[in-house]
This record gives sequence, structure tokens and C-alpha cells, in this order.
Amino acid sequence: MSAVAAGSPSRPSLRKRLSARGLDATTLLVLPGIVVTLALFVYPFLYGVVDSLVPKQGPWFANYLKFFSEPFQYDTIFATLWLALPVTIINVLVAIPIAFRVRLMRRQRLLTTILVLPVTLGTVLVADGLLNYLGPRGWFNRTLMFLDLIDHPIRLTNNYWGVFASLIITGFPFAFLLTLSYVTGIDPAIEQAAATLGAKARQRFTRIFLPLLAPGLIVTFCLAFVQAFSVFPSAILLGAPSGPTRVIAIAAYQAAFEQYDHSMGAAIAIIMGLVQLVVILAVLSLRQVFYRGPAAGGKG
Amino acid sequence: MDFAENALAGTGKSSQSGRLELIDVRRVFGNYNALDGINLAVEPGEFIALLGPSGCGKSTALNCIAGLLELTGGEIRLAGKRIDELQPEARGFGMVFQNYALFPHLSVRKNVGFGLSMQGVPGAESAKRISDALALVRLQGQEGKLPGQLSGGQQQRVAIARAIVIHPPLVLMDEPLSNLDAKLRLEMRAEIRGIHDQIGSTTIYVTHDQDEALSLADRIVVMREGRIRQIGTPQDLYDRPNHPDVADFMGFRTRIPGKLVSVSGNRASVDAGGVRLEAVAPGHVSVGDRVLVSIRPEDLVAVDEGEGLKATVNSIEYRGRAFFGLATGPDGSELFFRADRTYPRGASIVLRPLAERTLLFKEKA
Amino acid sequence: MIRDNGLASRLWRFAIWAIVALFVLNLLGVILAVVVNSLSTRWLGTWLPLGWTTHWYVDAWREFQLTPVLIVTFEIVFAVVVISGLVGVTTAYALARRDFPGKRLMVLIFLLPLLLPPLTYGIPLATVLYRLGVGGTFWGVVLANLVPAVPFVVLVMIPFIEQIDPRIEQAARVFGASTTSLFVRILLPLLLPGMLAALLLVLVRTLAMFELTFLTAGPTSQTLVVSLYYAVFASGVRASQSIDAMAVVYMVTTLFWLVIALQFVNPTQIVARSRQQTANP
Repeated sequence: MSAVAAGSPSRPSLRKRLSARGLDATTLLVLPGIVVTLALFVYPFLYGVVDSLVPKQGPWFANYLKFFSEPFQYDTIFATLWLALPVTIINVLVAIPIAFRVRLMRRQRLLTTILVLPVTLGTVLVADGLLNYLGPRGWFNRTLMFLDLIDHPIRLTNNYWGVFASLIITGFPFAFLLTLSYVTGIDPAIEQAAATLGAKARQRFTRIFLPLLAPGLIVTFCLAFVQAFSVFPSAILLGAPSGPTRVIAIAAYQAAFEQYDHSMGAAIAIIMGLVQLVVILAVLSLRQVFYRGPAAGGKG
Repeated sequence: MDFAENALAGTGKSSQSGRLELIDVRRVFGNYNALDGINLAVEPGEFIALLGPSGCGKSTALNCIAGLLELTGGEIRLAGKRIDELQPEARGFGMVFQNYALFPHLSVRKNVGFGLSMQGVPGAESAKRISDALALVRLQGQEGKLPGQLSGGQQQRVAIARAIVIHPPLVLMDEPLSNLDAKLRLEMRAEIRGIHDQIGSTTIYVTHDQDEALSLADRIVVMREGRIRQIGTPQDLYDRPNHPDVADFMGFRTRIPGKLVSVSGNRASVDAGGVRLEAVAPGHVSVGDRVLVSIRPEDLVAVDEGEGLKATVNSIEYRGRAFFGLATGPDGSELFFRADRTYPRGASIVLRPLAERTLLFKEKA
Repeated sequence: MIRDNGLASRLWRFAIWAIVALFVLNLLGVILAVVVNSLSTRWLGTWLPLGWTTHWYVDAWREFQLTPVLIVTFEIVFAVVVISGLVGVTTAYALARRDFPGKRLMVLIFLLPLLLPPLTYGIPLATVLYRLGVGGTFWGVVLANLVPAVPFVVLVMIPFIEQIDPRIEQAARVFGASTTSLFVRILLPLLLPGMLAALLLVLVRTLAMFELTFLTAGPTSQTLVVSLYYAVFASGVRASQSIDAMAVVYMVTTLFWLVIALQFVNPTQIVARSRQQTANP
């Protein structure tokens, strides 16, 4: 056996050996995709990392030092978190009971179609709409006054609450649709089984659904948080971009495109990515606690 | 077997339950009658099979009994008390689902113990009942595994243990064997009946497989289009189906239309396109009626010539002991027959039904 | 399941539907406010405007030069769709059909641009593009938009291709199909529904993609959504009705394609596609 393997005449060709490892002409079809991603995503990303370490002046860490020594800059982290965290928590927490109700609906399509509107229309349009809708003479304030809930219009635009509202309008449908897809992924027979075994609605939720859903909810939270944390156009259009809604994205944009310091811009973009990463890792570490397999039940 | 008896001693007989009654039970989906007035009484300890093709309403009926579906009419009573308005969790029945519906995040032990913990059974008793139930389904040593780590047959056993550990007055099974391969299916079939006999609970078993129903059940309920076609013991149904649909299900594959010409005693004579056929006479037919003659392949025997149905051989195959084939009658009807030797395709044969095993049904107007 | 008609359960159900109704009402209010304003002569401090007119659309069309903007928008969007379709489908085919060392890493790299917010990688990307001299040009915008579009097509197409039985292709080979006719007569018809869905979604996403286009577009390569941003940003310069007329034009273009896309995909899929991959990469 070993003699045969050692003999070079019977050694399979390079092509055959490669294809035995899954590399053949078909595999080469990945190349265009890889080239595009490497050239347009990986390379610029690494370029940005290096760029951020080559500041206009000062030592290699000067950009980072500058960011963390100026309250005007590092406060953006807290301003962004102060928007993103409450919004994400509200969006995900409200999405759960609603997804549970909607899963029982026979005609979900109309509701899901309405909810997909703000996700597809995007933040710019929602910001434009909210400027009018939440404005002092908009329908929202008029309705509250009509219902005698307030005496005179409350200010909801060009401040924190405008951005907050825009993140709810675009973020809630996102969190809801994701949660819904997780909830409907659970085999209804599993709930029925729990019911026939004597579990009441609350027990079915806490003992069966919640543990099965937890990994999905954590992913939903992460994705919704990342979206809210990178809030940009609505923070400018609807918020107070030089005040309480000067979010980190604005800081990065201003550094790169208004002060033409692309090195600083890259540094802030990287800090932004790192803060997101820290929050996501903290949330994902919760995931270890829960069951992580399929939620569809046995083979069937 | 004594080890199973040990297990039984621990599990204990189910709480003695009364009879289950379905009274004119109806269920409508939109404008489709899934259950169109079901009446059925099940005695304590009985093993009942609901048999029928898919869409006949058998699973709907089971779900109504379990409380997973609301009735649109009628009532369900257990030991005389109405239960159809109770939530499923208040009924205390054990149910085995088609795809088992095990809790994927809970170990085998916790799956089986789920119902007990819902009832607040104390830890020590609960642990004992769980191990007894697992012994009964022969799953000791797998307690710590998650359902995803078990084979289909083992998952099935967990599902059964989970349903019986709560000592339910009624065990409901929804095609529990349909996801298993043929060999395992035969094995589990025997075990399901064994477990039923040991715990002595009432079982309602939904299936579309007549073999399963015939071999398992004390009584079979044949359903079609939301209605009960026939209720009877396996022998009743096998020998005396009272409806062509039921006969079809029980293997009477050949159906020949004809006209009843005479009845004498329990023997009827039918004119089927010029051929005279003898059959068992049912009570409710009279001379001149349009009727349907139903015959099993093994009771329609091929001979070379003589009296009988003239037919042309279409196909024939050897099935050990005898040949079975399909022939075409002069009017194009399909005739499933038995033969002692093989015939070439296209050969002319004569088919003779065994009169005492040939059935007659009145055709609907 | 038999409905629990206890009081607490009813209240709970009512509360949930009330929240849903409130959200939908506000959402529709926001959208409707834009539409109503774009059609109003004057609308200040009343429920409905004083009078109705369509002349803001004519104004907006002229002021914001919507003809060239729309042309550029569609050129960019279709370039992105075609390129990401060609690149994405071939890549997805290889990833779905072959198992090779490094495949998991590759899938992960395709996942990242979909999970990261565009601004994080958009700033260094824009810097690189401006360095190379394509920043601010038509192709700069197209290249930037390819970053999320190609992975999106790849990840949508992988499960779609996986569910096509490879034996169909083998059968075609056995019956003597050449590579070309295998592709044209077997694969393409089978892939078409999936490709259509993926590409329509890319189209809608690119139309609405603000950040990347904003960072890389020059004056002649702005898409509609970026023009809208500048118009809202400089509001006060133009009449608000005119800006809202432009917003309606943007809405109609996006929704037109969304409605077509929804013929092929479920609304939940628009959001949930990338997460299915996240759950088990």
C-alpha cells in the first residue's frame, strides 16, 4: 500500500488532489465576490485602521488621545448611547408581546407590509415627515391639544425627542419583524404540548418560549442596537446636532469631511465600531446561558 | 417483562375515569365543515383508533378533545361533566404529537417531568415517577440528553413517557408513528399497545394506516369528510364494512357497478353488464336497486375459462404463495385479482368472485 | 387553543392592539403629513391646508433638477443591481455547491458588511475612493454601494441554490448538456425566482441607501435620497411644500419597487434575511 502511494507514476494529478479538497473550476466562481469584498471592504477597513494611526501631527495614538481628551468629542459616545440604549430596549421589549399576538393572526401580511414601509423608506424620509408631523403646528401636537392633554404645543423637533421618535419609527418595525420571524419559527405544537401538560399561558411563555427565543432576541437586540447607534441623518435633521444629539457619527463625519482630517475621521469611525462591539459582546455573553439549538422540535 | 411490571407498580393505574362522550361535535373552518356532527362514546380503558385519509377530520377531532381547537357546536363530556369549554391545560390529558413536539431546550428528564412540575408534584415523588415512566418506555440512561441528541424512535418514547407520566385519564395520539421507518413502526406499534394495556388508561389514536388501526385498536372509527362512516371492532370493519369508502379502506379494491336482480336469504344476485355475480346481501337493498359490488383481490380468482367476469390481463406480479394482478374488464373497469399461475400481458382470463366474501352496497341516487 | 376570556387576558390583548394601532396611526400620520403638505397651498396651524394644488411638484421638479437626479439615481441603482447580481450569484453558487477550506471565514467576511452600520466602514472607504480619484464620481458611488449589495445577494442566494437538487445538474450532464446549455437551459430558469427576489431587494435597498452614497457622491452623482437630505438640511431656502413634493417623488419611486419586490418575498424577509445567516453561519 505505502509502496504504491510513494510511487510517483500512480500519484494523482494536482487537479484531482485539489478537487478532492473541494477546489475545482466551480470553486473558482467565488473569486469575483472575494475580489470585490477584499478590495472594497477589507482593504479600506484595514486602510482606515492604519490611517487612524498616522495622524496629521503627534505620535501614532494622537487621534485617539485627542478624542478622549476633549469632552466635545468623547461626550458623543454618551450622547449616542443615551439615544441608542433606551430606544433599543423599548423597541425589543415592545416587539415581543406584539409578535406573540400577531403570530396568531391569520392575515399578518397587511400589518407586516405597513411596518416594512419605514424600514425601506429610510431615515431621511422619516426625518422629513417627522419635522412636519411632530412640529409645533403638526398633527401630533394638535391631537394632544384637541384631547386636552396639553395646553400649548410641546417641542418635539430639533431636540433629543425628535431623534428618539425617528429611531422608534424606523427601529421598532425592524425589531418587530425580526422577532416575529423568530417567534413564528417555533413549532406551534411545542406550545400545544406544554398546554396539554398543564402549563398556563404565563408558564408557557416563561418556561418554553422565553428560553427558546432568548438567543434570537439577543441577536435582535444587537442588530437593533447597531442600527440605532449609527444614527446619522435624523440626528442632524431632527435633532440638535451641535447639542444633545451630537452623536458619534456626526463627529466622525465632521472630522473627515468638514475638517478634512481623514485620519481623525477614521479614528472616530473605529472608536464607534469598538463601542458597538463592546455592547454587543456584553449582550452576546448572555447568550451562553441559554439553549442554542433549533427551535423546531424533533425531526419532523 | 417483569421489569415492565415493576415500572407499572410505580406508575400506578391511571385515575379511574368515566366514559368520554362526543355529542354532535362540530368544527367549521371558514365555510368548510371539518367536523360535521360527530357522535362517539368511548368506554374507560378502551383503545380507539380514528381512521381515515388526510383531511377527513380525524386530527381536528383529536385537537377538539385535547382543547387545542374550539368547537363550533356540540359538546364533549368526560364522566358526565362538560369539558369542551376548559382550557387545554385544565383537562389533564396526555397527548403525543405527530412530530413529538418535545421541548428542544430541556433534557429528557425535564421534558418528562414538565407536566409533573406544572401539577406541583413534590420533587421526590416526581423523580420516582419520571424514572418509572422512562423505564416503561425503556429509555433509562438517557435522562440527561437533549431531544436533538436522540434518534426518532427515542424521541417518540420520550413523547410517550411525557404524556403518560401525569397519569392522564385520556391519552391522545396523533399519528405518532408516521415519522418512523417501517421496521421501527412495527416495533413501536406493539409497544404502544403494551403500554396502554399496562397503564390501563383510555387511548384515542389517530392514524391513516388501516394496518395500524386494525392491529392496535379495540374499536375503530372510520371517518370521511368530517363524518363518521362506521364504528366497529377490527373484525367488524374488515369483514363487514357498511360503506363503499370503508370497504375501499379495508382493501376491497375492485368495484363493479350493477343492478340487483334477486335476493334469497343472505345471498344476492347482481347483473353486472350481462354477467351474474353472487354476493352477501345487506339488509337495506331491494331488487332493482343500482348497486356496487366490492371484492378484495384475494377473493377474485383468475381461471382460464368458464363462468365469470371476462377480462384482459394488464399486469401481474408474484407475491410469494400467489400471483396478484390487475386486469381490465370489457367496460374498462379495473379488476384486482389473484391467480395461481402467471399470465402474459393481454391474455384473456375469467375472474370468479368468492360469493361469501363479496360485498354489496346500494349506490347513492 | 381555546381562547382565555378572563378579564386580565382581555385587558392585555386590548393593550397590545392599542399599542399596535397607535404606532400604525402615527406612522401613517407621518407619511400622510408629507403627502398632504406637498399638495397644499398654505398649511399653517389647521388640521388640513387652506387649499389644494399640484404646482409644488412642478416647482420641485425644476428647483431640485429632478430629471437629471432621477436619471443618475436609476443609472447608479441599475449598475449596482447588475454587477452585484453577476458577482453575487456566481459566488453564491460556488459557496452553495462546494465545501473547501476557508469557506466559513469567507461567509463571515460576507456577513460583516451587512451587520456593520455603513458609516463605520463608509468613512475609510470614502477616503480610499477619493485617494484613487473615483470619489465624487458615478463609479465611486456604484463601488461604495456594491459593498453591502454583493454580500446581500450572496447570502440570499446560498440557501436558494442549496435547495436546488445538484442531481438535476448531473442529470442534465448525463443527457449531454454542455456547460453553456446547462447554464442557460437548466440553472438560469431554476435560479430566476431567487435572483429576481434578491435583485429587487438590492434595488430597493440601494435606492434608500443614504450613508454610503452621501459619503461618496459628488454634485453630479447624487441619488434622490441624498438630494432629499440636502433639501431638508437647507429647509428654509425652499418652500416646505416643494421639499415634501420631492419627498413624495422619492417615496413613490421606492414604494413602486417595494410593491414589486413584495410579490416575490415576504415582508419579514426584507429584514430577516441576514439574520437567518447570523443564527447559524
